[in-house]
Amino acid sequence: MKYDILIAGVGGQGVVLASRLLALAAMKTGFHVSTAETIGMSQREGSVSSHIRIGDKVSGSLIPIGQADLLLGLEPAETVRNLPFLKEGGKVLVNIHAIPPASRPPGSPEYDPAALLSFLCAYYPDILCSDFTKLADEVGTYRAANVAMLGAVAGARVLPFQEEILKAVLDAEIPEKYRAVNDAAFERARKCIRSVSGT
Amino acid sequence: MSLLTDNKLLMGNEAIALGAIEAGVQVVTGYPGTPSTEALETIARYAKRCGIYTEWSSNEKVALETAAGAAYSGAKALVTMKQVGLNVASDPLMSLSYIGVKGALVLLVADDPGPHSSQTEQDTRVFGHFANIPVLDPATPQEAYELTKLAFELSHEFEIPIILRTTTRVSHSCGDVEVEAAEPVPVEAVEEGFVKDRRWTIFPKLTAERHPWLENVQEKLSERFSGLSFNSVSGSGKIGIIASGVSALYVKEAIEAVRGFEELFTLFRVGTAYPFPEKAALSFLKGIDRLIVAEELDPYLEEQALQLIGKAHLPVDVYGKKNGFFPVSGEYNVDIVIDSINRALAAYGESLCLSHASPAVSREKLPPLPIRAPTLCAGCMHRTVFYAFKQAAKQLKKESQTDTIFSGDIGCYTLGNAYPLNMVDTCLCMGAGISLAGGLYHTNPKTKQVAFIGDSTFFHSGIPAVINAVYNGANITLAVLDNRTTAMTGHQPHPGVGVTALGNVSKAIEIADVVRSCGVESVKIVNTVDPDSLESCIKAAKEAMNFNGPSVLVFKGKCVGITKPDKHYEINPEACTGCGFCIKELGCPALNLDGDKPVIQDNCSGCGLCAQICPSEAICIGGVKL
Ligand code: SF4
Ligand code: SF4
Repeated sequence: MKYDILIAGVGGQGVVLASRLLALAAMKTGFHVSTAETIGMSQREGSVSSHIRIGDKVSGSLIPIGQADLLLGLEPAETVRNLPFLKEGGKVLVNIHAIPPASRPPGSPEYDPAALLSFLCAYYPDILCSDFTKLADEVGTYRAANVAMLGAVAGARVLPFQEEILKAVLDAEIPEKYRAVNDAAFERARKCIRSVSGT
Repeated sequence: MSLLTDNKLLMGNEAIALGAIEAGVQVVTGYPGTPSTEALETIARYAKRCGIYTEWSSNEKVALETAAGAAYSGAKALVTMKQVGLNVASDPLMSLSYIGVKGALVLLVADDPGPHSSQTEQDTRVFGHFANIPVLDPATPQEAYELTKLAFELSHEFEIPIILRTTTRVSHSCGDVEVEAAEPVPVEAVEEGFVKDRRWTIFPKLTAERHPWLENVQEKLSERFSGLSFNSVSGSGKIGIIASGVSALYVKEAIEAVRGFEELFTLFRVGTAYPFPEKAALSFLKGIDRLIVAEELDPYLEEQALQLIGKAHLPVDVYGKKNGFFPVSGEYNVDIVIDSINRALAAYGESLCLSHASPAVSREKLPPLPIRAPTLCAGCMHRTVFYAFKQAAKQLKKESQTDTIFSGDIGCYTLGNAYPLNMVDTCLCMGAGISLAGGLYHTNPKTKQVAFIGDSTFFHSGIPAVINAVYNGANITLAVLDNRTTAMTGHQPHPGVGVTALGNVSKAIEIADVVRSCGVESVKIVNTVDPDSLESCIKAAKEAMNFNGPSVLVFKGKCVGITKPDKHYEINPEACTGCGFCIKELGCPALNLDGDKPVIQDNCSGCGLCAQICPSEAICIGGVKL
């Protein structure tokens, strides 16, 4: 077994927490894991990505081009930026809530989220997308968008472990104070994705 | 399977920390530097429970010397730093290798191929060779944990400091690690105490005596390393590949996709880089007829292999960086390794080639994407100060045709170079901004020199530079950006904060007092926290720049990374004319254009800078948003 997940977003969106939760759930299931994340300068409004590799044995922590089974995009432009890592027929889940770049230095291309989303759909027609930031905001805080997206992938049943395990990890890892909103975001997203995918 | 679930998910740096605690570490010192920082931070979490003395030292040289003192007393000590920090610590290190240690002394030095957050792409394996200090080179968090324990053992046995060298992909990757003790427990301290002996005082005569000993240790260690399982051979093919660190994992993944790879390739993984495990390498080299070398940063293994091949007169061709088969810089990954190995295979007529996975969308097909350059956070005090100096410099230019040169330094505020502030004209290494400004002053008499330095960097290596400026009459203005923390590496305390690594309250050292006692006559503390601070900052900047002689301004504010916003600003669309001035001038990530008018997003930290510059007074306080 080998399952590679890539999470992409912008500093402050909780990429690292999301990858930790997935890695722990994979370990609880009995797999080896390896994750690689960007820490440092990129936290200051830069692109952030985390590679999570799950399997019976581990390789290097970076996913090679064209090998990811799942791409979790917390933001449209970052999803497109990391698309080459996804394998043909891989799954994409994208948060359509766009975060425009902090400053627009001369020569930086215009940011057109709608165009990027239709680009994504052209290559991956069965892409799952929603405004997870809005969904999370509605249940308590926009900051829980990352956890909402985990709920969505659990609901879509694309992970190599059971959603109960992921849920248990979530409860164990998220501090008491924030647990309720994160639980709510997770559940809400899980349900709405399930109804979309009709399972 | 059930056993696996007992493993811990650890970052490489955390694995090193746990390994050190299990090895019985008693004293831990360091200076924060990405990607090494979490090792000391993890130990600090267990320090009280396990009885470990832990400190953030003022710089890496001080950290190493402190740890050396502890090791002279028979204690086991660990020092942590990044590769650039090793340069700062190199002065004591070069002599320490001659002197040796009692107890044990391990240096964690984290290299940063890429580089993701460093000024250099230097290779600590080469430094170890240069300094005669053994270097261990783990590839995964599990190996980092095990090699940390080995490092303490070897250091104790051979009485020599040992470097545990990691790279970003080891220090900052997480993996499931099988640890011996479920929870760190204190190991019994064996501290003999300092025993007076001439061996602790370096002197030419002692150096001459110790040098043969030092050389001899390298031979013994090379011998020992050859028998270790961290240097392993797999496969039986005639195409040999030698690799270390994460590169070895990339090679494994690249060749494992080929059927029958065991008969085609022989992979020699080197976990102990220096001294080179010659014996093991020789038996590997004798079984192959071509050698491919896969390693990030310097061609260290390649040079070792070439030397050995020459020494033993082996008929082995070598394909590596030196003949252009592998990139000489940058971080590697599986795809780079595949391309490089394929180039080597093709060069000697091998029909086999390794294949890449083919993505549905290649990089070339991507539509243009916005550039996300790192910038100062929304509400960062540095933006206010940079902007104030920009205005002050403009006025100075108008009044007296004087241009200003801005020298930056290492820290968040290096990001002051970003568009649209563009306020960093030079940046070299920790503390250099002040001395560079001095050098610029002596050669550009018609310009004004302003240097920026952060609070932690000031204590790290800024003070001698201030003394030098005063003593040698460099007429510079220094702006100390005191946001009360070491922000870039994740908010470690420093001597100005008055809290130690363990959270104990200690004496806070006042930067203004320090510079006054260095002889600076014009010293002023300026608060940046008030919502109308811009004007006072500009005024202070102008005065300091007009002062004849070295002048220092200590700007006190807060890092938004560790403080909660108490205000949130809004744009009144009625009053806003859509001139875009706020966006064009500041580059605050909370300000964005929505249609033809700016909007303020949730990440506003309420500094009020944009409200102070808006020509239409359209920006106002709008309550707190969390
Ligand atoms: S007040 Fe203005 S400049 Fe300050 S953080 Fe908010 S939007 Fe940015
Ligand atoms: S982390 Fe703090 S110091 Fe660094 S850019 Fe953000 S606000 Fe400024």
